[in-house]
Amino acid sequence: MKRTTVDLWVGLFVVGGLVALLVLALKVGNASTVTAGQGYKLTAEFNNIGGLKPRAPVKSAGVVVGRVESIRFDNKKFLAQVTLLIDKTYEFPKDSNASILTSGLLGEQYIGLDGGGDDAVLKDGDRITLTQSALVLEQMIGRFLTGKAAEGPTAEKDQ
Amino acid sequence: MIDALRQIGARTVDGVWKLGCATRFTGTILARSGMCLRRPQLVLDQIYFTGVLSLVIIIVSGLFVGLVLGLQGYETLKRYGSAEALGTLVALSLVRELGPVVSALLFASRAGSAITARIGIMKSTEQLSAMEMMAVDPHSRVLAPVFWGGVLSMPLLAAIFSAFGVFGGYLIGVVIIGVDSGAFWSQMQANVDLWSDVMNGVIKSAVFGVAVTLIALFEGYDAPPTAEGVSYAVTRTVVTSALAILALDFVLTSFMFTGV
Amino acid sequence: MPNEPLVELTDVAFSYGARPILSGIRMRIPRGKVVAIMGGSGCGKTTILRLIGGQLKATSGTVRVEGQDVSALTYADLYRLRRRMGMLFQFGAMFTDLSVFENVAFPLREHTKLPESVIHDLVLLKLQAVGLRGAAHLRPAELSGGMARRVALARAISLDPMLIMYDEPFTGLDPISLGVIANLIRRLNDALGATSILVTHDVEASLGIVDYVYIAAGGQIVAEGTPDAIRASQDPFVHQFVNGEADGPVGFHYPGSTLAADLGLEGRS
Repeated sequence: MKRTTVDLWVGLFVVGGLVALLVLALKVGNASTVTAGQGYKLTAEFNNIGGLKPRAPVKSAGVVVGRVESIRFDNKKFLAQVTLLIDKTYEFPKDSNASILTSGLLGEQYIGLDGGGDDAVLKDGDRITLTQSALVLEQMIGRFLTGKAAEGPTAEKDQ
Repeated sequence: MIDALRQIGARTVDGVWKLGCATRFTGTILARSGMCLRRPQLVLDQIYFTGVLSLVIIIVSGLFVGLVLGLQGYETLKRYGSAEALGTLVALSLVRELGPVVSALLFASRAGSAITARIGIMKSTEQLSAMEMMAVDPHSRVLAPVFWGGVLSMPLLAAIFSAFGVFGGYLIGVVIIGVDSGAFWSQMQANVDLWSDVMNGVIKSAVFGVAVTLIALFEGYDAPPTAEGVSYAVTRTVVTSALAILALDFVLTSFMFTGV
Repeated sequence: MPNEPLVELTDVAFSYGARPILSGIRMRIPRGKVVAIMGGSGCGKTTILRLIGGQLKATSGTVRVEGQDVSALTYADLYRLRRRMGMLFQFGAMFTDLSVFENVAFPLREHTKLPESVIHDLVLLKLQAVGLRGAAHLRPAELSGGMARRVALARAISLDPMLIMYDEPFTGLDPISLGVIANLIRRLNDALGATSILVTHDVEASLGIVDYVYIAAGGQIVAEGTPDAIRASQDPFVHQFVNGEADGPVGFHYPGSTLAADLGLEGRS
C-alpha cells in the first residue's frame, strides 16, 4: 500500500478515536457540568445523610445545579458536614433550605435546595443553616409502629 | 505421585524462567524505543497495522453489544419501572467494563495474533537475524514500533467501541422501543462521571494494550522457528492475552471502583 | 600490516549450555580471498559464521576481525563493525513485506542519509550486478529460490562490505541457479576487493571457486588446504566427504545395537 494511503487511514483512525473519546466525555459523561473553578462552595450540616455519596447531584426544582464535593464527620458536633459545589451561574438566598431526598422509591440520594426569600445570596464558603436529614426507612417504620400503638386504644373505643 | 510433583516443579521452573525472559524482553524494548521518537513513521505504520485494520471488527462488535445491552437492559429495568435509567445502564456498562474488556479481547485475537505470526515468521525465516547482521537492531527497528503502535491504538479502539455501543443502545432504546430521548441522555450524563468512569475506562484499555502487545510480541519472538512453533505461539497469544485481560480487569476494577 | 588476516579464530570453543558445538577451532582468513568451510550437516559450520558476526559469543578463545576481539566489543562498536559485513542467509531472509527494490535499499536507508535519487541509482546498480534489475518491482513471494538468493546477495553488498559471509548459498538450487550464484560469489569478491567466507556442504560447486578450504567435523577442523590439496587428500574422512561415498569413517548406520539383536535373532543363532 502506498505511503500516503497509510498516513490517511492512520490520521482518520486517530481523529476518529479522539472524537469517540470526546463524545464519551461530553455527551455520555458530565464534563460539561460543574467542575472545580467554575463554581462556588457551600457547606451544610446534617444529622443523618443516609446513603448520600460524593458527586451526588444537587438539584433545585429538579434541575441539577451542582454536586456534592465531599462528606466528612464533625467529631465535635456529631454531625455530617457536606461540602457542595454549586455552578456559579446559579445564586441562592441566604435562608435557602437543603434537604436530602431520594429519587424514586429505591433510587439514589441527592440534595434538594429550596430557595428562601432573603435578598442576600449565599457566597463561596457560606453555610446553609436550614437542613433536613435523610429519611431513614427503619426510623420511619419505627415511628409508624409506635404511632399505630398509641392510636390503638382510641380506635377500639370508637367501636 | 513423585512424578506428578516433579511435573509441577518443572512447570513452575519453566514458568518462572519464561517470566524472567519476558521481563528482560520488556526492558529491552523500552530501553530501545528511542528510534520510535526519531522516526515516528515507524510507529504510524504499526498503528495502521494494529489499529486501523482492527476498526471494522471493533465498530461492528461495539454496535451489536450496544444493541443487546439496550434490549436486555430495557427488559430488566422495565420490571422495576425505571426504563429511563436505560441510558445510564448502557453507558456505565460500556465505559467501565465492556468497552475496555471486549475491545481488548477482540484486539488480542485480531491484532495480537497477527503480531505474533508476523514476528514469529520474521524470526523463523531469519529476517530478524539478517537485520541484526545489517547492523540494524531488530528491537528498536521492528519490536519497539509494534509495541508503541499497539499501546497507542488500544485506548482509541476502546473509545470507538464504547461510542458505537452507546449509539447501539440509543438505537434500540430510543428509536425502536421508545424510551424518552431526553431521559435517556440526561440520566446518562447525570450518572456517568468523566474522571471516575470515562477516564478509568481509558486507563484500563491502555493497560490492556500494553499487556496484549507485549504478550503478542514476546510469544512471536520466543516461538520455535518452525511453522508448528509459530502456530502454537499464535494460539498461546490469544489464550494468554484473554486470561491476562480478565485478571488485570479484576485487579484494576477493585482498585478503581471500590470505596467512594 | 597487509599480511595480517582479516578474520582470525584462535582456539575457539562454543557450547550451548552443556552441549559442546565447537572446540579448538583455529582459522586464518586472509584479505581478498574466498574461503570455504565445509562439513556435514550439524557440524557447527553456521555457528562459526555467527561467532564472526558477533551474534554468538565464544565460550573460550578469541575471534578477531580486523584485529578487534568481537566478543569484547561494546554494543555500538559491534554494530559499527557489522556495517562493514554482509551476510547471505540460507534462504535469503528477504523482508517479505517489502519489495525487491526496498529490500536492497533497506541498509542504505537505515545507515545513510543519501537522497532518494542516489539510493535509486545505487539499488539498481546492485541489482544489475546480480542480473535482477528487471525484477526490482516484484514482491519476495514472486521470486524463485535462486532469484531470492541473488536479491539477498545484492542486499548484502549494498554497503560495499569488506567481509561477505555466505550461509549455505547453494542449498536447494537447480544446477543453473547454482552455477550463477557460485560465479557471482567469486566475481563480486574480486570486484569489491572484499573477503568472502562460504559455509557449505556442496563440494563440487565450492571447490571450483574458492582459494582455501577448511573441513569441519564433530565441532573441529579436521583438514585444511587449497582445493587441489583437498581433492588429492588421502585422509579417509576427507576422501569420503569429497567423493560423497556412502560408507567410510562416517558410518552409514546410526550407532546402535546390531540388526540381529533388534530383530531378536541373536539368541537363536
